[in-house]
Amino acid sequence: MTGAPWISVALPLSRLAALATLPRRGGKVGAAVPSKTIRTRHSAPPEPTSRTPRPVDSTILLLLVQDGVVNGAIYALIALSLVLVFTVTRVILIPQGEFVAYGALTLAAFEAGHRPGTVGLLLALGAAAFVADLAAGRHTLDARSLGAIALRDLVLPAAIAGATLVVPEKPGLLVGILLTLAIVTPMGAYLHAVAYRPLEHASVLVLLVASVGCHLALTGLGLVFFGAEGSRTPPLSDAMIPAGPLVVSGQSLWMLALTAAIILGLWTFFGLTLIGKALMATAVNRLGARLMGIAPSMAGRLSFSVAAFIGALSGILVAPLTTIYYDTGFLIGLKGFVAAIIGGLASYPGAALAAVLVGIIEAFSSFHASAFKEVIVFMAIIPVLLWRSLRSHPVEDDE
Amino acid sequence: MSALLDASGVTVCYGKIEAVRDVGLRVEPGQVVTVLGANGAGKTTLLSALMGVLPARGAVTFDGRPIGRLSIEARVGAGLGLIPERRELFSTMTVEDNLRLGAFRFGRRERGSLDGMFALFPRLKERRRQLAGTLSGGERQMLAMARALMGRPRLLMLDEPSLGLAPLIVAEVMRTVASLRDQGVSVLLVEQNARAALRVADYGYVLDGGAVVLEGPSRVLEADARVVETYLGVLAAETGAQEARAG
Repeated sequence: MTGAPWISVALPLSRLAALATLPRRGGKVGAAVPSKTIRTRHSAPPEPTSRTPRPVDSTILLLLVQDGVVNGAIYALIALSLVLVFTVTRVILIPQGEFVAYGALTLAAFEAGHRPGTVGLLLALGAAAFVADLAAGRHTLDARSLGAIALRDLVLPAAIAGATLVVPEKPGLLVGILLTLAIVTPMGAYLHAVAYRPLEHASVLVLLVASVGCHLALTGLGLVFFGAEGSRTPPLSDAMIPAGPLVVSGQSLWMLALTAAIILGLWTFFGLTLIGKALMATAVNRLGARLMGIAPSMAGRLSFSVAAFIGALSGILVAPLTTIYYDTGFLIGLKGFVAAIIGGLASYPGAALAAVLVGIIEAFSSFHASAFKEVIVFMAIIPVLLWRSLRSHPVEDDE
Repeated sequence: MSALLDASGVTVCYGKIEAVRDVGLRVEPGQVVTVLGANGAGKTTLLSALMGVLPARGAVTFDGRPIGRLSIEARVGAGLGLIPERRELFSTMTVEDNLRLGAFRFGRRERGSLDGMFALFPRLKERRRQLAGTLSGGERQMLAMARALMGRPRLLMLDEPSLGLAPLIVAEVMRTVASLRDQGVSVLLVEQNARAALRVADYGYVLDGGAVVLEGPSRVLEADARVVETYLGVLAAETGAQEARAG
């Protein structure tokens, strides 16, 4: 308890965000701090920030693991959605990080008492998706399908936008969270309709290029809607629970619990529902799924929506711990991507475990060599790729 | 009688090569029609074009409705089914999940047909919890047929269902095809095993170099010298001719 409660897991991702924005925002913290020093720079606690170097004892070890696991939970959420989207649509969803930032900043806007710019983006994306869906379905449109498309692409976003007008200026945390999820989740489907569906038959490489484009566009739009200022949101819980030598924050418990809930939810979705099995079938055998009447556009729309939902939720979970800027999501997304790659972009449990590993590697490397933290995390991918390329067979050129 | 499937002028190109050239083909309701031909004659390409897997020129109507511009999924919705040569099963999913997904277009209203399928293929019931990828070749073909039938197609297209299967299993596959006709399902059967196919079919087309070179009722084709020479061999010619005389 007396050990060092101020490096508790209440603030794990702050360092990450700070480093993500380091080059542009002029901080040189990481480089200036010698390694083997406990740093508290972004934790903003009242305690003194200079400590003499000391060896890792078991308390610090525990703290770092705890830190890593909580970070890893977020990376796991990102990694799972990347695996989902890649296996179903072959898209490497680089814009996933933007959903994280949108989630955090939309909630922050509600908390600050103004209407988030993402509402306008939702309406615009919905309208664009409407046009794209009409173009894609031009040979088979009838009154019923036209109505369904209009409902999905025009009425739904209008209803959500209407809801943001109805609620009081400061809707409260719970309503704010629900609205945030409602705003960001459909964006996944619209993004798919606008940017990816026209490329349904393109190669993975072309889809990757489209992802880079979407990432840049959405980051830019994030700057327009939210400005260059970063935001934070209040934690879901202020509780601090002592647990042996550690202090566990209520927020980190929320993070772990919601991550577990999402994993359980995904498991139920794939294991027990027909629509979840249809997504899995599309991932296993695209042509086979089409021959069963499972449209890739439906599967893509659904998996993108799930990814956007998980992304927004991750953003909501991260926002109390660290200041989120319009472009913070990218680095969080990349770490999730590292985990997904370690899992081979195919295995859900593999990606989730790898995400925890990434979190722990990050925690330890920020303790021992903070300047090289990102380098170490991203280099972890190299031995994995080597091992995979040595072990794997030549690439089959199906599809 | 108006045809269930009526295709005319179907042409499929791979780049500059015409794999299927100006093919016309009709399947009447409740009829088993076979398409024969050597390797590379364009049989698989033709089926893929009819299903919308490959883009094609020409007119295709199904039940009087033009379907040439529909997606694969929309054709499934209209009542077409295809069992491709490679089966395209969901190999990492269980037999039961494969079957349930076969009825995807009906949503949750498929319980009865699952039991019906297990009655038709008892072997699949024994293996219902097994992964599709662990099945033997014959079982895979059974699963592919059962999965396609779960979607209750009005026309089922089978691409080389006997490929790589033991003779006993081929016979079982052909029995199933014949029983489909009794249930009112039309069948378009592509086969290299011409003898087995002609035995079960009502009508046949012979494809060569991507074009129809011969067509007629199965009995006539079985007796036709060109078919006999190319596909059936001398021994079959004798039995075929005898059967034709007897019939």
